[in-house]
Amino acid sequence: MSVPMVEVRAVHKSYNGVEVLKGVDLTVVRGEVTCLIGPSGSGKSTLLRCINHLEKHDKGELRVDGELVGYEMRGDKLYERNDRQICAERARIGMVFQRFNLFQHLTVLENITIGQIKVKGVSPEAARVKARELLARVGLDNKESQYPAQISGGQQQRVAIARALAMEPKLMLFDEPTSALDPELVGEVLDVMKDLARSGMTMIVVTHEMNFAKEVANTVYFLDGGVIEESGDPREVLTAPSSERLRSFLSKVL
Amino acid sequence: MTTNGDAVKVVPVRHVGQWVGAAVVVVLISMLVHTLFSKLPTGNYACHVVSGVRKCHQTSVWRFTWTTVGRYFTSTEILHGLLTTLELTVLAMVVGVVLGIIIAIMRLSPNRLLSATAWTYTWFFRGTPVLVQLLVWYNIAILYPSLSIGLPFTNLTLAHFGTNTVFSAFVAATIGLGLNEAAYMSEIARAGLIAVDEGQTEAATSLGMTRRQSLRYVVLPQAMRVIIPPTGNEVISMLKTTSLVSVVGVVDLLGAAQNIVAANFLIMPLFIVASIWYLIVTTVLSVGQFYLERRFAKGALRSPPPTPLQRLRVDVGGILSKFRSRRGSLGAVR
Repeated sequence: MSVPMVEVRAVHKSYNGVEVLKGVDLTVVRGEVTCLIGPSGSGKSTLLRCINHLEKHDKGELRVDGELVGYEMRGDKLYERNDRQICAERARIGMVFQRFNLFQHLTVLENITIGQIKVKGVSPEAARVKARELLARVGLDNKESQYPAQISGGQQQRVAIARALAMEPKLMLFDEPTSALDPELVGEVLDVMKDLARSGMTMIVVTHEMNFAKEVANTVYFLDGGVIEESGDPREVLTAPSSERLRSFLSKVL
Repeated sequence: MTTNGDAVKVVPVRHVGQWVGAAVVVVLISMLVHTLFSKLPTGNYACHVVSGVRKCHQTSVWRFTWTTVGRYFTSTEILHGLLTTLELTVLAMVVGVVLGIIIAIMRLSPNRLLSATAWTYTWFFRGTPVLVQLLVWYNIAILYPSLSIGLPFTNLTLAHFGTNTVFSAFVAATIGLGLNEAAYMSEIARAGLIAVDEGQTEAATSLGMTRRQSLRYVVLPQAMRVIIPPTGNEVISMLKTTSLVSVVGVVDLLGAAQNIVAANFLIMPLFIVASIWYLIVTTVLSVGQFYLERRFAKGALRSPPPTPLQRLRVDVGGILSKFRSRRGSLGAVR
């Protein structure tokens, strides 16, 4: 079997002395969709942010595509990578945020071209061509000159997905992508994500959408109190949970 | 109730207090305007004989000698002074804005030394009067009589010159005003940088941008929206603060007026000349600020507010169409 896309081994992370991740293990196979579920404060988002090094983990080993995240092994020592190297790593990992975080001062099209132009050095013309392709893919080809404040939340989130895809990522991270949306807008975002999953993108999704997890995920991990409580095939884990904790969590969200 | 569908006449509330207030203001304003164009008794008497009878009356002069104001308004000295004032304002603001943004970024840096240096800078330059700072820069040669470029703490020098040859009064004034302004600008810029949502930086970072790129392409352009209105204030304030430079011998607008006063004692007319020029420049600056704010508000508002010109067009259009429709209805009655 080839190298997994993401490998997390005994990762710890604390903020101001409070341990948020207490030794997490997780493996994400290439081309598969992994869902992270769990109550708020369980460390799902922190784990996601450690994977693209938005947060530094304190202990443990974290590899993306076989490479250590944020560090380099030389001899028997770990060397912290410099900013340029870390940025180059991040550019290949797309991230979609709960609150979209579109660049408010740029149009929809500029939001999708800026990363390509400034980070990848693509020419503005080529970047625009790619941006228009992606906008068509997320069903927003008529919105390119709007500003984020002028479109709906669901549309903003689809633009945010297009913005991440423009960097041609090998891995996409979604941090509760539908939690800030009105219920009737959730579907359009999930549809784009399902489409993306079918195209073979490796995805890690922190979500409260259990139906999405059941339908799309290959593996689901249930985090609670900074550790993985339970994991496995979503149809089994979510329908017949073995731990009491997951059972009570599911009874609250479903 | 309107059962038959006819429009009911709406009677607005009468605001009596507002009317009384407006009447008082109208009286006060007319008194002020009257003084602008009234005469002042001099205390001297002029007498002349009319058909064998000697008649005397007190002479009077215009209170505001507008013709004198007009005469000096575009005199060469005043225009030179105005140019110096504008140059000083622009140069000091450029120094202030650029340095201010750098200091604000330093202040927000995770590096303790950089942030402490920035804090100390602001503390010092905001904590001493700008007039004192101007005097210090002007006399800096007392402390540092010569300047050289070379390797620190060694005798290796590439260039060497006397401080006073570099620090002319104008340079001292520019540096003094600019460094002082940077302290205030850094606080304004810091407020702007903090006001940009953290999520914006995170999104930029997740695209692979470096800290520098995310500042330049994502955070700063959005911070500008918050930074510009108080900066406009600072420019206007700087325009007037430049009038302090006469203490170090730079002839600005006020300095030019004072020089003329020293020769002819026309105190009020010349200070009015200077004031009118300050008002004109301030007005132009305010208009510029309006359009600059509009430009940087891009994306922040669903639809930007109309410019005064656009609003005027709409208002005039509305009045015209009302006028037209009234004429139309009158015509129908006839």
